[in-house]
Amino acid sequence: MNLSSPSTTRKIASAGVAGWLTLVIVEAYVLVSTFNFSWTIAFADAVNMNLLLGTAGYITFIFLRYYQPSPKNAAYLLVWCVALAFLCTQAHGYLMRWNLFPEEQAYHAYLKDSNLVRGLLLWLMISLIGVISWIWFYLQEQRAGEKREHDTAKLAREAELSSLRQQLQPHFLFNSLNSISALAGSKPEEARKMIQQLSDFLRGTIKKDDQQLVPLQDELKHLQLYLDIEKVRFGHRLRTIVEQAEESGSMKLPALLLQPVVENAIKFGLYDTTDAITIRIETLARDNQLIIRIENPFDPKTSQPRQGTGFGLTSVQRRLYLLYARNDLLSTREIDNMFITEIKIPQPA
Amino acid sequence: MIKAILIDDEPLARSIVMEYLQAFPEITIAQECDDGFEGVKAIAQHKPDLIFLDIQMPKINGFEMLELIEQPPAVIFTTAFDEYAIKAFESRAIDYLLKPFSKERFEKAIQKWLQQRNQTETKANTQTLLTEEVRQPEERNRIVVKEGSNIRIIPVHEIHYIEAYDDYVKIFTQKEMFLKKKTMSFYEQSLDPAQFVRVHRSYIIHLQQLTKIEPLEKETYLALLRSGVKVPLSKSGYAKLKVVLGL
Repeated sequence: MNLSSPSTTRKIASAGVAGWLTLVIVEAYVLVSTFNFSWTIAFADAVNMNLLLGTAGYITFIFLRYYQPSPKNAAYLLVWCVALAFLCTQAHGYLMRWNLFPEEQAYHAYLKDSNLVRGLLLWLMISLIGVISWIWFYLQEQRAGEKREHDTAKLAREAELSSLRQQLQPHFLFNSLNSISALAGSKPEEARKMIQQLSDFLRGTIKKDDQQLVPLQDELKHLQLYLDIEKVRFGHRLRTIVEQAEESGSMKLPALLLQPVVENAIKFGLYDTTDAITIRIETLARDNQLIIRIENPFDPKTSQPRQGTGFGLTSVQRRLYLLYARNDLLSTREIDNMFITEIKIPQPA
Repeated sequence: MIKAILIDDEPLARSIVMEYLQAFPEITIAQECDDGFEGVKAIAQHKPDLIFLDIQMPKINGFEMLELIEQPPAVIFTTAFDEYAIKAFESRAIDYLLKPFSKERFEKAIQKWLQQRNQTETKANTQTLLTEEVRQPEERNRIVVKEGSNIRIIPVHEIHYIEAYDDYVKIFTQKEMFLKKKTMSFYEQSLDPAQFVRVHRSYIIHLQQLTKIEPLEKETYLALLRSGVKVPLSKSGYAKLKVVLGL
């Protein structure tokens, strides 16, 4: 059952009103049959008392919505209920005796005698309302908490899945396997070598944790495996140059960050031109930052922002934002026929 | 003697087809092509009976290449992308080989084609390949056209409107007009219906270009485009336009 749906709320409200009316009628009937008061007095007494009770109950309900005492502080609730019951009794007596029926001596006597019982009854009723309200809000709070937890877990799972998908491109895998299949017939030695490279690459991809920081030289070694496989696939069309500034080698970056960027550059380069292309990867250290620049050629005439460019890079940008809470770490620019992607990784001081 | 052409941007992917083809001495490969541009030229030059075609290739993909050929030969697709299979069969391909494929699978594809070829004049089959609408694997965001011996890629956002012209359509951009052998209904179906509306039997307009709808006579209207061109609206076209524009 959904505790907060409008239809449930309406049902509960109408049940409350019905209960309240029953109480009024029963009390009035008891007053008439037991003490022989007139119906006017009996109804005035019952309505007045229950209006006070309703007000006190409502205040308690609202109070508990904003402040829910822990079980240890339940005593506060008790004190609160006693105080409200006392106030209600006093107000009831005052109103009935001096304002509504100043002349009815018998009724006055009854009011005086029944003060204690009335107070106890009010206290019981207010406490009952308090306890029910308390349970009600407690359950609602718990359900909301459960839902939050569920949503968070779902989000985390989705993020993990999408990052996995991004690292392991099925197209890359199947095309590589196809190349291996071709080599197996004609050049078994090379096929074996490529199986080795592909295995090492996949192992590196699976083993690494998304959050982990690795030295640049390790990441470049992993990237080299990927580049070697792509070179077997595309043969003479793909050339790669990696230029690594010496002092940048030991700087750290998030594991597996570069491969999607380079994959994007290769795809962009290879599918946007028909010529042989060169992908340049350059790393340097500046202002306590690791800077990685990746260049690929493209054809500015036909290249409307192809899906390839945007997609791979958005997820990298997102990852950098999650890790460093900065949106300016990845930037791209175009110079003549070159598309340049630059990544900055802040180093711990 | 059967002539075939092999179009794939990965040399090793081509070599495996060559290797498997050794089992069929009657089939000779007239040319190996690195991309769709070469493919178009090679097909025009050699008039092959059969082509092996990769889908993701530089500049234009396999489907786009097919659109540029008037009388396409029989096609066997070879690709690692299984999401294109349905489209490929819609385009009446003989078969669809998912990389990496086995020798047996490859031979089955060839046998299938040889049988079909012997049974009937499969010319009919191959001709429908293109007159029958080859749909794009993804949302169409560009149109490839042939201009003499050049191949031009037009991003769809540059299109102003399309006009029927016998067996062709005229595609108008800011400064140019391109002819393409296609039907209006092909573009009506393959272009994003939120952006392109067929407003008349002979016209499809790009909504971005629309500036005004003005009445012409009783119950007939004209669409005024940014460039100043006026396009007639049919009754049903006007109704469609009103729906898309939320009037």
